[in-house]
Amino acid sequence: MTGTRSGAGRARRRLQLLLPLGLPLLATGCGRENLLDPASPQQHKIATLWWVMMGVAWFGLALIGFLLALGWLRRKREGLPGGGGDRVATALVVGLGVAAPIVSLSALFVWSDIFVMRATSAPNPSSTSLTVEVTGHQWWWEVRYPGTRAVTANEIHIPVGARVNLVGKTADVIHSFWIPKLNRKIDLIPGRTNRIVLEATRAGRFRGQCYEYCGLQHAHMGMEVVAESPARFRAWLANMAKDAAAPSTSMQRQGREAFLNEACSGCHQIRGTDAHARVGPDLTHVASRATIAALTLPNETGTLAGWIVDPQHDKPGARMPALDLQGPEVQALVAYLESLR
Amino acid sequence: MTVLAPPVEERVELLDRIWEERPGVLGWLTTVDHKRIGLLFFFTSLAFFAAGGVEALVIRTQLAGPDQRLVGPQTFNELMTMHGTTMIFLFVVPMGLGAFGNYLVPLMLGARDLAFPRLNALSYWIFLASGLFIYTGLFVGQGPDQGWFSYVPLALKQFDPSLGPDFYALGLIFNGLSTTATAINLVTTIFKLRAPGMSLNRLPLFCYAQLAAAGSALILLPPLTLDLVLLELQRKAGFHFFDVAAGGSPMLWQHLFWLFGHPEVYLIVLPAFGITTSIIPTFAKRKMVAAPLVALAELLVAFIGFGVWAHHMFSTGMPTSALVFFAAATFMVVIPSTVQIYAWLFTVNLGRPEFRTPLLFVGAFIVFFVIGGLSGIMFAAIPFDQATTDTYFVVAHFHFIIFGAAVFPILGGMFYWFPKVTGRMYHEGWAKASFWLTFSGTALTFFPMHIAGLLGMPRRVYTYPHGLGWDGYNLAETIGGFILTAGLVLIAANLVFSRLRGAPAGPNPFRGPTLEWATSSPPPPYNFAVIPTVRSEYPGWDDEALFEDRRRLERGLGTYPDGHRQPEATVRDAYPDDVADMPSESGWPVAVAVLLSLMFALTLTSHFVAAGVVAGLAGLAAAAWLWKEPAE
Repeated sequence: MTGTRSGAGRARRRLQLLLPLGLPLLATGCGRENLLDPASPQQHKIATLWWVMMGVAWFGLALIGFLLALGWLRRKREGLPGGGGDRVATALVVGLGVAAPIVSLSALFVWSDIFVMRATSAPNPSSTSLTVEVTGHQWWWEVRYPGTRAVTANEIHIPVGARVNLVGKTADVIHSFWIPKLNRKIDLIPGRTNRIVLEATRAGRFRGQCYEYCGLQHAHMGMEVVAESPARFRAWLANMAKDAAAPSTSMQRQGREAFLNEACSGCHQIRGTDAHARVGPDLTHVASRATIAALTLPNETGTLAGWIVDPQHDKPGARMPALDLQGPEVQALVAYLESLR
Repeated sequence: MTVLAPPVEERVELLDRIWEERPGVLGWLTTVDHKRIGLLFFFTSLAFFAAGGVEALVIRTQLAGPDQRLVGPQTFNELMTMHGTTMIFLFVVPMGLGAFGNYLVPLMLGARDLAFPRLNALSYWIFLASGLFIYTGLFVGQGPDQGWFSYVPLALKQFDPSLGPDFYALGLIFNGLSTTATAINLVTTIFKLRAPGMSLNRLPLFCYAQLAAAGSALILLPPLTLDLVLLELQRKAGFHFFDVAAGGSPMLWQHLFWLFGHPEVYLIVLPAFGITTSIIPTFAKRKMVAAPLVALAELLVAFIGFGVWAHHMFSTGMPTSALVFFAAATFMVVIPSTVQIYAWLFTVNLGRPEFRTPLLFVGAFIVFFVIGGLSGIMFAAIPFDQATTDTYFVVAHFHFIIFGAAVFPILGGMFYWFPKVTGRMYHEGWAKASFWLTFSGTALTFFPMHIAGLLGMPRRVYTYPHGLGWDGYNLAETIGGFILTAGLVLIAANLVFSRLRGAPAGPNPFRGPTLEWATSSPPPPYNFAVIPTVRSEYPGWDDEALFEDRRRLERGLGTYPDGHRQPEATVRDAYPDDVADMPSESGWPVAVAVLLSLMFALTLTSHFVAAGVVAGLAGLAAAAWLWKEPAE
């Protein structure tokens, strides 16, 4: 496993040596949504496709630049170098403008649209070991694991090395699901179900976000795939399927009361309580998530309290209204939510 | 018995009297002169270009750094929607067809006007009214905010109860009438009003490009209009075309939209190709290499362009067979473009090019078009398309096409035909300076967008967080945007100053080979005192034919001095076959446009009965303008 990966890495570095100096950042492989830093065999093929296309493209652009420069350098002289006239020029137009593109584009067509296409397309469900269902909402992601009770939001945990069948749907408008380091995009369209295979070859957090303009807060609709070892994944999934932990301090108990009595429970579900609404994200294990508001804010005491008091400040237009809550109530709510691991 | 021919001056004065239009503002309101209407199109679309440019600068300033709050999401989304809608519908297309096509096609054909002068006037007034209509939304706080592509269900009432999408949809239906009218006019003119002898194989390549663009406009607009009508029926009358629960589909919108949207790209760039194929022979001082192939390529681009629309929809989950078909068609559409690029390049190489400002813009156009074309090819590689679609990589790609490949020739064309339109020369030194400023600004604005896109930056976001590696590229793009703006302002200043103080240009300062250079600068209202006869592909270089035309003027042949008269010619070989009586100035086109505006405004506010009544009045006004005009 390690051998092939570093072999692939070497190949990539070798390709990168061919690059002009214009893209230093890409070559170092950083950028959390860098599609050229693949973490899956599928994305590796797409990245290779890019590097080759880019190399050929630079060559094509250099040829055009050369011909323009030649026109300028020979502006005082008529005819082509070597004395060619109209007939030679027309032959070159046909050769470079018709024949060369037919050959190179046919090759690209076969490689990309038949081979890479096949390797990266929607999986045969029997070839996968796990199905995850993602539903786009304005402006967050609902994540379900069919066959279990697990529901979460904006964080998609998958085991490293497994082929995961990701099923995408939408609850309202069109969204687009893309994890740049893992595979192609799929649009989430009303009345349709699109699928993609996710197959992380290394552990890590792979950021993505909505890529189809979906209204006011399209900019704040992030999500993350968390690829972890199969054992950790199993433990996580088992925990997600459980009901919420009962409050253990009086503060947390007050928080739960507030949650159930205030408007919170009108939209959110906390399994194991009387809050069953499914308008907003499921909060049964909200404290286990790294961020809130679809990767808009880190999930910390201060940001969580700020979010509860005024969601419209950081995400104007978000469907969650600002509630008129008192300070102690907010503190209790935060204490309760932070106990929901 | 022979009547002695009066001298040339008298003949010209007679034509002047016949073709003279009212002076002053009223003259501009009632004009049917294609040159004046072309100028109206030019300045109006330029004003919309400025509006779209200001929107772009606000967008770029907001995105200069992460987490900026210069404007909120609502304003940003309105600006982003209006920027796209403005630049495509209110700037590039009316500039390419309405301004350049309108002004130049009759001159290049040796004609005195477009085939339907009053329709041409109507087309302008509708364009102006539709632009103001769409912008009214923005100014009354109901600006379209659903993106220029207006995907459903986001654009449905359920998700967007404002009037924004209605301003957009009705405004674009309205606008489509203008483009359709112009296109009909151009196609008819190119087929029927060519000077005797200008058989199709001698038709200037500029006119081939206009013909291809206008012809495709006629086919691509109906799908858009249909789509917009369905949208309005659903928004205003409760239909369910796009509603899944009622058996409709949001995919219907996308298919119809891109069936319009992709050919629209060629509608945008074809006039620019035409400008390029005018500028290159003039400054290379030789005929185009492979001219028949270039003409064929211009027509083929427009044709194949209708078979590639679904490459805008590769990630919607279409069946593989459909994906592969549209990818293959997309690869095919590359070939006519490469033919043209090499034909331009080898023409420059074969000749002894003089690198004056218009040729510089054309050179930059070739570079930008190749960059945008190469990244465009990559979108036919489906897996890569599905990775980069809706990222800034796409934004980079289509700005290289629409700004680099369509606007650069337009800028070059502005310098090239400036002496013809104004009779004065522009300042060459400042023009070159403004070229380099515009060129470097464009490269700096749009090239880093490729990298931001590969780093995953999505389109149409009003802000972005720090830490994703996007900050530096965005800052560079914003700086580039301001450099680009400085270049454009310098161009405008040069042209305004030269209009007032420039040296007199004479009829043909660049020794251009097409017929517009065979008449005075600026051309008289009737364009040519004597309708030229054409004996070659480059009549402007045919001194013998030009001399013959002057002799015919002296002898009083071919001046058609009895009324607004214009010879017609056979479609293929341009044998003279009839003489048309052209209409003169009229206020009816303005009246029809005003009534149509009122009709759209009433539809917008859901006063359907009143809108129907006004539509009837518009019909009556249209009938009134067809009334036989009094004899001269």
